[in-house]
Amino acid sequence: VKIGRFRVETVILALIGLGVFVYVPQFSNQFTTFEWANVAFYFIAIMGLNFLTGYSGQISLGNGAFMAVGGYTTALSVYWLPHLSASLNPSALAYLSIPFGGLVAFAVGALVGIPALRLRGIYLALATFAMSLAVTPLGNHFYSITNGHVGIHMPIDVGTPPFGLDLSSEQWLYLFDWFVAALLFIPALLLARSRTGRAWMAIRDSEAAAASSGVNLATYKTLAFGVSAFYAGVAGSLQVLTLAYTNPDNYGLTLSLALLVGLVVGGLANNWGPLLGAIIVVWLPYYAEQAAHFRVGGFVLQKPDVFYGALLILIVLFAPSGLAGLVQRAMRWYRSRRGAVGEPAETAPAVLEAPVDVVSPE
Amino acid sequence: MIYLSGQPLVDLAQQVISGAAAGTIYASLALALVLIYRAMDLVNFAQGEMAMFSTFIAYTLITSLHFPFYLAFVVTIGIAFVGAVLLERVVIRPFEGATVLTLVIVTLGLFSILNGMAGFLWGYVFKSFDSPFPGGQAVHMGPLFIGYQDLGLAVVTFVVLALVFLFFRFTKLGLAMRAAALYPESSRLLGVRTSWMLALGWGLSSAVGAVAAMMIAPIVFLDPSFMQSVLLFAFAAAVLGGIESPVGAVVGGIVIGVLLALVGSYLPGGQDLRIPFGLIVIVAVLVLRPAGLFGRPEARRV
Repeated sequence: VKIGRFRVETVILALIGLGVFVYVPQFSNQFTTFEWANVAFYFIAIMGLNFLTGYSGQISLGNGAFMAVGGYTTALSVYWLPHLSASLNPSALAYLSIPFGGLVAFAVGALVGIPALRLRGIYLALATFAMSLAVTPLGNHFYSITNGHVGIHMPIDVGTPPFGLDLSSEQWLYLFDWFVAALLFIPALLLARSRTGRAWMAIRDSEAAAASSGVNLATYKTLAFGVSAFYAGVAGSLQVLTLAYTNPDNYGLTLSLALLVGLVVGGLANNWGPLLGAIIVVWLPYYAEQAAHFRVGGFVLQKPDVFYGALLILIVLFAPSGLAGLVQRAMRWYRSRRGAVGEPAETAPAVLEAPVDVVSPE
Repeated sequence: MIYLSGQPLVDLAQQVISGAAAGTIYASLALALVLIYRAMDLVNFAQGEMAMFSTFIAYTLITSLHFPFYLAFVVTIGIAFVGAVLLERVVIRPFEGATVLTLVIVTLGLFSILNGMAGFLWGYVFKSFDSPFPGGQAVHMGPLFIGYQDLGLAVVTFVVLALVFLFFRFTKLGLAMRAAALYPESSRLLGVRTSWMLALGWGLSSAVGAVAAMMIAPIVFLDPSFMQSVLLFAFAAAVLGGIESPVGAVVGGIVIGVLLALVGSYLPGGQDLRIPFGLIVIVAVLVLRPAGLFGRPEARRV
């Protein structure tokens, strides 16, 4: 049974999902609502990384730096612009700065993309790794602008519900963050069948073949960096708005690693991967902390790094297409049991097993 | 450690000396990276964390088990070697021949696990790691001086580098390892167990890295993240020297050490600019001269 193009199960699942989604803040406590708001901006940032690493095959360990660009666009606008004119409303500035955070990050990303054109594979990983380590000391160096370790707090009324809506701050931020995430998810869904998406995947699978088929490598690789950074920038802006605070330590290697963990665990080059990855990245540390039995004698597991690392290796070893790939396989198995045949298998390409074409001279 | 005599040239020379001493540390970690890169086309992002973990083991041997420093030093090198061989066999082996992205992710996974384990076992509070060399004393040469600390670490790392060189140049095992790295198929046909050579390569680089980390730990204090910036500078050194060249790694390390000392002491707020400077070196070399100072240009087969 189908409704338009979609199977009836899909439509029912989607409606249930939407229902749960809108009502989560009604039933859950402030903390849970807040954490789910965090999932929204991680979702956006990981979508951005998926364009770059998943679709166009360029390794980035530095997308946290692009989040810093967006985050500081928002933080600095809200913090400094009212000094210029008292009539500027910090709240309005915060919302207006979000698209600008994305655009500034786009510009920075495209600029980074230009030298990155000459780097491939391992060298790009090295350079972006260095980029992710450089953000925090740079932010601290310019402490007269960023307040260094002290950081920047948003004014108290930024992030409260506008128009006299009867919502808590957490509920409002949850709805707003997810609204932006949904908005940015649409192009991601369309991407795989678009000209740009196909060009990126062609570059990923073989640069030489893509170039000889008329794909302009420079344009599309730079574009991948720009778009990826745009998403990261918007995510960074939303993060500052949601947390109402930022400092340079937020943007270290841990953040960039979390994005990569989210992408790989969720599933590379799969549109649903970033969503599952974002859920893991936000909730795994929480449950890791909650699990009191990770306290062994005097030893306490304070940070989720061990789980992140173990997950990365296990996923790459046993499920290279990530959680999203596993779910899709389970769904196909379920359908095949019910005897539905004749549907094209929607296999996500196994990016982690794609061939490499770089050889050293003998 | 900025010492100013009021004479600009003397100060400059002084910075160059202590920078070069610190540079030997970057040189050894860069050499460790290059050894693995040559053997399996892999940049090991966990190299610094392996060295960090080894240093924490040395710390425990010294503080809890009351080992004398030199005994702890030797035991730690042994543990670092065996531990890395095991890591290679258990974690890396399943991925031999996998794509660059896969290998980068796996070594980053190791990075995360080692960092988290160190935090779990030893906590995130900075610890001081005693130096085997007397502090506050120096060898004077006219207006210049070199601290025992700097001199000691430079001598130790040079001895290590020399041993690695002699091993590869004059032992049969070293020859087998070089052959396995350059011509895996032919070596296998001639009876070299190439896969085990990779594991030995991991062990050797881990041992070299552990020495470097134990030498720098007294200067920078010990915490689970103390090797991250050192790893970045080692990357810069390896890239500058040409990532396939062991000689390049050593020269690159010393050059980076000197440059960092100059950046740190002559630019206002320069300590915070050291890591961004490392980034600039990496990007500039990769863009302008990807083969580095000593490497050969990469050719691609289509």
